[in-house]
Amino acid sequence: MLTPLALEFAYWQETIVKIVIGLVAVLLPTGALVYMFLFKMMSFMQSRLGPMETGPHGAMQLLAEFGKFLQKEDIFPSKADRWVFAAAPFVVLVSTFMLVLVLPGGPSAYFTDLSTGIYFALAVSSVSVIGTLMAGWGSNSKYALLGGLRAAGQLIAYELPLVLSVVGVVIMAGTLNLREIVLSQSDFGIWFIIPQFLGFLIYLIAIQAELTQPPFDMPVAESELVTGYLTEYSGLRFLLFFIAEFATAAIFSAIGATLFLGGWTIPFVDPTAEFMNYIGPFVLGIKMIGIAFLIFWFRVTYPRFREDQLQRLAWKFLIPLALFNIVVTAVFKVVF
Amino acid sequence: MTAELTLPADALANQDLANNAQLRYIASQAADSRINVELETEGMTLNIGPQHPATHGTLRIVAKLDGEQVIEAQPIMGYMHRGYEKLTEVRTYPQVTTLINRIDWVGSFANEVPFILAAEELMDVEAPPRAQWIRTALFEMGRIANIMLFLGDMAVQLGGITAVFYAFRDREFVLNQIESATGGRFHPNFNRIGGIKDDLPAGWIEETKSAMVKVREFCDEMEDLVVGNEIFQSRCRGVGVIPAELAKEYGLSGANLRGSGVDWDLRRDEPSPLAWSEIDWKVWTHPDGDSFSRYWVRLQETREASLMVEKLLDNLPAGPIMAKVPRIIKVPEGESYVQTENPLGAMGYYVVSKGELTPFRVKIRTASFSNMSITPWLLEGVYVPDIATILASLYFILGDIDR
Repeated sequence: MLTPLALEFAYWQETIVKIVIGLVAVLLPTGALVYMFLFKMMSFMQSRLGPMETGPHGAMQLLAEFGKFLQKEDIFPSKADRWVFAAAPFVVLVSTFMLVLVLPGGPSAYFTDLSTGIYFALAVSSVSVIGTLMAGWGSNSKYALLGGLRAAGQLIAYELPLVLSVVGVVIMAGTLNLREIVLSQSDFGIWFIIPQFLGFLIYLIAIQAELTQPPFDMPVAESELVTGYLTEYSGLRFLLFFIAEFATAAIFSAIGATLFLGGWTIPFVDPTAEFMNYIGPFVLGIKMIGIAFLIFWFRVTYPRFREDQLQRLAWKFLIPLALFNIVVTAVFKVVF
Repeated sequence: MTAELTLPADALANQDLANNAQLRYIASQAADSRINVELETEGMTLNIGPQHPATHGTLRIVAKLDGEQVIEAQPIMGYMHRGYEKLTEVRTYPQVTTLINRIDWVGSFANEVPFILAAEELMDVEAPPRAQWIRTALFEMGRIANIMLFLGDMAVQLGGITAVFYAFRDREFVLNQIESATGGRFHPNFNRIGGIKDDLPAGWIEETKSAMVKVREFCDEMEDLVVGNEIFQSRCRGVGVIPAELAKEYGLSGANLRGSGVDWDLRRDEPSPLAWSEIDWKVWTHPDGDSFSRYWVRLQETREASLMVEKLLDNLPAGPIMAKVPRIIKVPEGESYVQTENPLGAMGYYVVSKGELTPFRVKIRTASFSNMSITPWLLEGVYVPDIATILASLYFILGDIDR
């Protein structure tokens, strides 16, 4: 993203500029956009209007909620492990922010061009498990403890199908670098969603579980565990969890768009052209919204699994299917 | 005593050591750490409620858990007890209906009917046929308004949030019709001793029929969205199974009983002045006895009730809506018990009169209170997620438990 500006920066200056751009210019607008779009989408699916009073058609609802949460009292449960309790939302949020780093928005519009991009992304996404466990344990509440342990079991179980579903794409592209994965899709002439449809389905199910959204919202199941590991959180800390949930949904969708829907590229347009640096991020954003739509469509349609059914789905169904997908992809790669 | 038991064997041998409080503490610590090494776990007592999303109000369930498995669960009721039985003793008979509307607050009309019937029985008054038919129609509409809420709520307890919005949306059609006929949206207070307050407004019958079509469309939608959903089925089938014999022994009624395959419906089985015996309808049962069958039975009952309302309105007899009753109602001495098949199950009023303006004693038999009695048996050994499923499928209204 900095290369088109053709300015020379020292490393520390560049880092600061990257952080500011990453937070202010990319993550917050993206999160807000996804949040608004999905709130309205959910509302219309459930035949209601959703937020209407704040701004035109309720467009400023996020700001209103931001103000509301900031005003609320910051409550620590009396016997909570204060340090762990306070740090947990930041741990969750950091793992989300680190995912943005490797996301390419154009041929040279990116923060870091890691050669192990997708590997890094999947690795840091697991950091949020620690935050969730910290929240569950640090709250010193029975509901939070049950929710935290459920979350840990679930997130670890679904990490495997998530990684395995991506392996098919990596085999086809022959690289772990996200930018090169995008470019190889335009070399192939088709997006990887067509040859890797099975992988795409497994990826969708796995990120649904990673986001702990229905039908995989056992850790926060509000009808039994109140809100699971979020039970004791209020005010700003709750808001951080809330932002992390929507921002992670957005980022996972963006990674999915990069892996399976050709990232910033448009069919029949040269993906390495200079102007793609400017329109690429928006193209990626549209594709991201498309995948986020699917995630939230499942969310409003399905009831939730029970813990044992959820584990059975991961270990007995998704993982064998993902392994089968890898084998088939590898055979095709060798043969053709 | 327990501390003695956890002492290591060599410590027990030395009696002085065992008597020393400090050493005993150290020994029990050692015992604890030994337990932790062997990975034995300790139970956890979880207080579900009084304020909890799964309890629809203020029901409290004390569950002893081993991990996520319930070892023992005990419902504790009475957080919302309002003393209605006592309050009826200081109200005249016409005033009582206002009060008892609030027992089962989502299908209020059905609460009034058995009390009014009991009072009419004591006074030896019978409402004219038109009043009885309108009562029956509104009774069934109260049932629809009540059970539609369940059909959405059961799904939301299992995490499917959309169904409940559809339920509230389509329930509106029924509530609007109840409101335009009675003036009361939730609490109609429409029954009088000897009849009903008003005749139906003009055009009401046609509007109600189109509302009933919407109700059946809602039922079809729920069949697709909820009953046909594989996750819903896997969460409900085989969960919370009540055998038919046990259901009878615990005094369950309503769809909880019919969901266990017992073909028992007071509307058909008990002689009643209401018009149920005049029209054709079917009692739905399901042999499985699990949470799914209870949902399924209620879904069919809603559909059946909407058909019943249409049949009742098609054949509505003409005539007066009030029998001749004195202006000041004094109920002669005596006692009577009338129960009807309310949305939640069998509801009965035992009214004792001493010939005064107010009842001497009213005993209210509510369905939810009896239906709750099976929960300790039902919740034993299930997992925490199934608590929500089972409680939702038993379907209780807190006002109906603590009246």
